[in-house]
Amino acid sequence: MSSTAVSVPATDDRDRRIPFGAARDIYAITQRNLIAYRRVPQLLVFSTIQPVIFVLMFRYVFGGAITLRGLPYPYVDFLMPGIFTQTVVFGAIATAIGLSTDVKSGLMERFHSLPMARSAVLAGRTMADLIRNVFVVVLMMVVGFLVGWRIHTNVFGLISGALLVMLFAYAMSWVFATVGLAVGDPETAQAAAFPVLAPLVFASSAFVQVESMPAWLQVFARNQPVSVTVSAVRALVNGGPTAIYVEHSLAWCIGILVVFAPIAVRLYRRAV
Amino acid sequence: MTSNAIVVEDLHKRFGDVEALAGIDLEVAEGTVFGLLGPNGAGKTTAVRVLATVLQPDGGRAEVLGYDVVRQPEAVRRRIGLAGQYAAVDPNLTGRENLRMVGLLAQLVRSRILPRAAELLERFDLTSAADRPLRTYSGGMRRRLDIAASLMQRPPVLFLDEPTTGLDITSRNELWEMIRELVNEGTTVLLTTQYLEEADRLAGRIAVVDEGRVIANDTPEALKSQLGSTVVEMDVRGNGRAHDAVRVLSVRLSDRVEQEGERIRITSERGADVLIEALRILDDQGMAPDALTVREPSLDDVFLALTGHHAEDKQEDKQPELATSKGGAA
Repeated sequence: MSSTAVSVPATDDRDRRIPFGAARDIYAITQRNLIAYRRVPQLLVFSTIQPVIFVLMFRYVFGGAITLRGLPYPYVDFLMPGIFTQTVVFGAIATAIGLSTDVKSGLMERFHSLPMARSAVLAGRTMADLIRNVFVVVLMMVVGFLVGWRIHTNVFGLISGALLVMLFAYAMSWVFATVGLAVGDPETAQAAAFPVLAPLVFASSAFVQVESMPAWLQVFARNQPVSVTVSAVRALVNGGPTAIYVEHSLAWCIGILVVFAPIAVRLYRRAV
Repeated sequence: MTSNAIVVEDLHKRFGDVEALAGIDLEVAEGTVFGLLGPNGAGKTTAVRVLATVLQPDGGRAEVLGYDVVRQPEAVRRRIGLAGQYAAVDPNLTGRENLRMVGLLAQLVRSRILPRAAELLERFDLTSAADRPLRTYSGGMRRRLDIAASLMQRPPVLFLDEPTTGLDITSRNELWEMIRELVNEGTTVLLTTQYLEEADRLAGRIAVVDEGRVIANDTPEALKSQLGSTVVEMDVRGNGRAHDAVRVLSVRLSDRVEQEGERIRITSERGADVLIEALRILDDQGMAPDALTVREPSLDDVFLALTGHHAEDKQEDKQPELATSKGGAA
């Protein structure tokens, strides 16, 4: 009663030997997401304006009132590693918004019905967001230099610091991929993100020294992922002992990826 | 014997308390159009999603071109196209970029992707808009691009989930024409719709779906023969006048006359003649209807005939009814 597939005319257009088929799928999805950033520049502008305002605000408004204890460099040099890190943390919301928009628009349904690599939608989305983060962080470095930020180590310190920020950005993208797929609605994703991110970003060493906080808060503020990443980047560009912070930050990044990537993949399989 | 492109046996799918598919059986012959007709929430979209490997069924079996949708999803995906209810295209990409992305993801040979995209853009009359972002497209253009995207890999089996819902009549007629062309080229089409007229015009066979079950599976002609070609509805208001009118009409007309409150429904094969006759009969009695509608039978009439109850939407966010029931007041 069921037919055989003898009369299928669909194979002549097909590349039977695509050795890197998954890579090509990821490329297609990455490119599609990057085109959106290029064509809807407000997506990029808003993820750039917020950190620029933070630089100006903390450099010129609050910075004067913040006294650093026991540090041989000015506040702006303390601030910029915090800015880079908070930029990629808040920027990760874009991953949630992008994925939940795809769920809502029916695009996921199309992807699920295509003979493509299952991994490509998430890999391509997080890859595009990584590339966006490179762009935004380089821009923030330029802004930093303009307001007097200087590096106290060397170019390798700067590159290592930038790579660490990117790894952290990538890990946060997977957290928000999970959020986006779980809520399935861009507005909800955005609303859900801020209350989680605000304590991570502000109860951290990003803008002030943890020593200035009450003792009970210091325990959290000293060990949470944003703080250890900021401290690692600070050590890499400003000097001082680096190994302990870098190790902690790497541990957080890997831990976040190990926990959230499988959850996101599972949610993706169910998302239509 | 013609072979079947799609075979569905006792398919079940449940979402929480809702039994979306309560045991569906279907067979779709290769190279034909099969219509799944039913109201919102009847299970049409769920059935299509299972067949297109987007959803996993809870029970039963489904094969597309001999491949099992659960055990061989990759083989199924290489042979199908899906155009969903909500045009599944990226609004930020141009028409050409959308087709290129789908071509890459459908694993087409790279050198064939752009020529195929150009061919489809031409065919769906989108060449002049090909390099504009989709957010500038009208609803009809988006829907056409969505179907073009589903055809990138020349699928022998095409699923169209309510392809004309929300389209104006011109766009709808164009789309119907395109579907006919595809079928002439040998494509098998499974189409879901809420409109009897659409299923009637396109499908060689129609399954009427209600609450996750197939309640009728027949040719459009056979289904419609139970319905008549014309439905006349008259409202006769005021103390029992409708009842009196029905009594007179039932006696003097050979057609089916039903009463529902103050509304009288006459179902007939005779076209407009029945209307003239009915009005004469009422006039003889010194009665006249307060409101009058003449139309073709609708999905609701099919339901009424098959189940004795109206087609009820199971979802709140029902899309506005398309003007398929030609309302004409006398």
